[in-house]
Amino acid sequence: MKKTYKIEVDCANCANKMEEAAKKTAGVKDASVNFMALKMAVEFEENCDPKAVMQEVKKNCKKVEDDCEVYL
Amino acid sequence: MSKKQKRNLIRILIAAAMMVVFALLPFDGWFRFGFFMIPYLVIGYDILKKAGKGILNRQVFDENFLMAVATVGAIILGEYTEGVAVMLFYQIGELFQSYAVGKSRKNISSLMDIRPDYANVERDGAVCPIDPDEVEIGTIIVVQPGEKIPIDGIVVEGSSTLNTSALTGESLPKETAEGDEAISGCINMTGVLKVRTTKEFGESTVSKILDLVENSGLRKSKSENFISRFAKRYTPAVCYGALALAVLPPLANICFLHTPPQWGDWIYRALTFLVISCPCALVISIPLSFFAGIGGAGKAGILVKGSNYLEMLSKTNYVVLDKTGTLTQGVFAVNGIHHSQMERDTLLAYAALAECYSSHPISKSLQAAYGKEIDKGRVTDVEEIGGNGVTAYVDQKAVAVGNGKLMQRLGIAYQECTQAGTVVHIAVEGSYAGHILISDVVKPHAKQAILELRKSGVDHIVMLTGDGRKAAVQTAEELGIQTAYSELLPADKVAKVEELLAEKSDQEKLAFVGDGINDAPALSRADIGIAMGALGSDAAIEAADVVLMDDDPLKLAKAIRISKKCIQIVYENISVAIGIKLLCLVLGALGIADMWLAIFADVGVMVLAVLNAIRAMFVKNL
Repeated sequence: MKKTYKIEVDCANCANKMEEAAKKTAGVKDASVNFMALKMAVEFEENCDPKAVMQEVKKNCKKVEDDCEVYL
Repeated sequence: MSKKQKRNLIRILIAAAMMVVFALLPFDGWFRFGFFMIPYLVIGYDILKKAGKGILNRQVFDENFLMAVATVGAIILGEYTEGVAVMLFYQIGELFQSYAVGKSRKNISSLMDIRPDYANVERDGAVCPIDPDEVEIGTIIVVQPGEKIPIDGIVVEGSSTLNTSALTGESLPKETAEGDEAISGCINMTGVLKVRTTKEFGESTVSKILDLVENSGLRKSKSENFISRFAKRYTPAVCYGALALAVLPPLANICFLHTPPQWGDWIYRALTFLVISCPCALVISIPLSFFAGIGGAGKAGILVKGSNYLEMLSKTNYVVLDKTGTLTQGVFAVNGIHHSQMERDTLLAYAALAECYSSHPISKSLQAAYGKEIDKGRVTDVEEIGGNGVTAYVDQKAVAVGNGKLMQRLGIAYQECTQAGTVVHIAVEGSYAGHILISDVVKPHAKQAILELRKSGVDHIVMLTGDGRKAAVQTAEELGIQTAYSELLPADKVAKVEELLAEKSDQEKLAFVGDGINDAPALSRADIGIAMGALGSDAAIEAADVVLMDDDPLKLAKAIRISKKCIQIVYENISVAIGIKLLCLVLGALGIADMWLAIFADVGVMVLAVLNAIRAMFVKNL
């Protein structure tokens, strides 16, 4: 399953870091962050709850870049 | 400017003013330090905070950390002005970057400003605007002159002229009248139209296109991936380099050369290193270039589904074109009826009825030549044989309509046609009844398009078609295409594409161009699938990687030129940014570059790269 979320982040490198962090989150098969459109596309692993996974993704993103937001 | 940007601008102005004033005041020692701490903290408190948090979260090597270390180091060395200036210019750079990015975001989304804000629905005799999302399928909407058609549908009342330029880049207006398809995103120019919607807003052309453009950046190009990998390694590498520069030469001075260590000098050099090391210029300018390029292409009616495709497009050296609907208009006309064993009209009627379920252009032209209402009740047991034709029962008689292969398959002797064109043989009840000659018209710009493709650096142009050899050779010669393969089934087209894919080198890319109707497999097999004349065809928009909204083949060369310009800008930015940074790193290590030059290498290069990136948006004269 694939979903797209709106994000808020200030710099391109931070967006790369968020992508990296999202990819490493358990339950995420692949993730891609588009800094220009401020969007994050997340592909989830089979049988997992996207909502719970996205909470983790958000937490991990905040860890690498304090000044970011993922709108769930 | 956003609120955040305004606040930062004020901070920059205050800090800059204080820095200049304090630099002129004759203070010494702790007084001087105390005074300079005021602008330093005003301008740098958030960077210091972020650097601290980064260390706590084990994300040490980011630009905040670099800036914090560089400026704190400079202050410890007593270079107060430089310490504040580095922070100040870093913030100016950040502000410029966020302003430029915000601005181009706005520009590019206004390029694709096709999102309708409302739909007019008639309720109790009065017309009221409502959210397009709330309009159900089958609702009658009213489109006034000057308004955009918000949702796909069929015109049920009125006639008008439509401006499709927002979708196709084509300025020629299109006439529309009752019964015509109304495609969302077109602007109604002259008369009031009533449209019965056939889709929901989310499924309409305009939503699909917007979705496609907005998500295009998610498919990243190799250059983008290269830069993010580079940035990840580069920053720590420069940090260790700086550490080595600060420690090793002084130690060498003490241990081997027995000279004074000169700690201050070497630490200063190490700090310049840190300032230069920020990878911002690269990291921002590459996605920005692609975003601008894709936005510009969208304005010209060329939708690119991802930066990776834009990158591949620039390396296209093989273009494989489907003939029908791509190079020719796909509007077939019946040119003659030969060897008919019965009344010509009867023969035509059999052919048109047998083909009545097919959407192939040939069957459409048969139906057009037949000219009467098709009574589908007369047709039963239709069986389509891909690449051969159709067999069916018409008025309880077994009818076979198709090419020579179909006749061979059925074991029926047939007459070859001496003229070029598509020949439709007809057999009734197992015996040959004659053939109908249908020929296609080449698009007006097709020849020029092939020339321009060659000029844009495409060396191999190949034409594929399911039509007969004669028609294929005739068209190919007319257009100046050397290689043409004819009589191909959809599966053969895929096989040919695979053959060519195996033949070319890895660096060269192969683009397949089709109309997306029955060549979806070839579109997806090629490196880049380009669908043409896609306006109103969802299948084509889904299957292709690059979508040309109208059916002008000249757009092909334009798409390649846009991609080449964009990639050139990307390469310029990569080489100039890395080049200047490396040069400044060397100069910094040798002690020639001071902190001011380092600031240029950081902020100046970023500003240049961003301005250059925005250039990718301008594609009008390409």
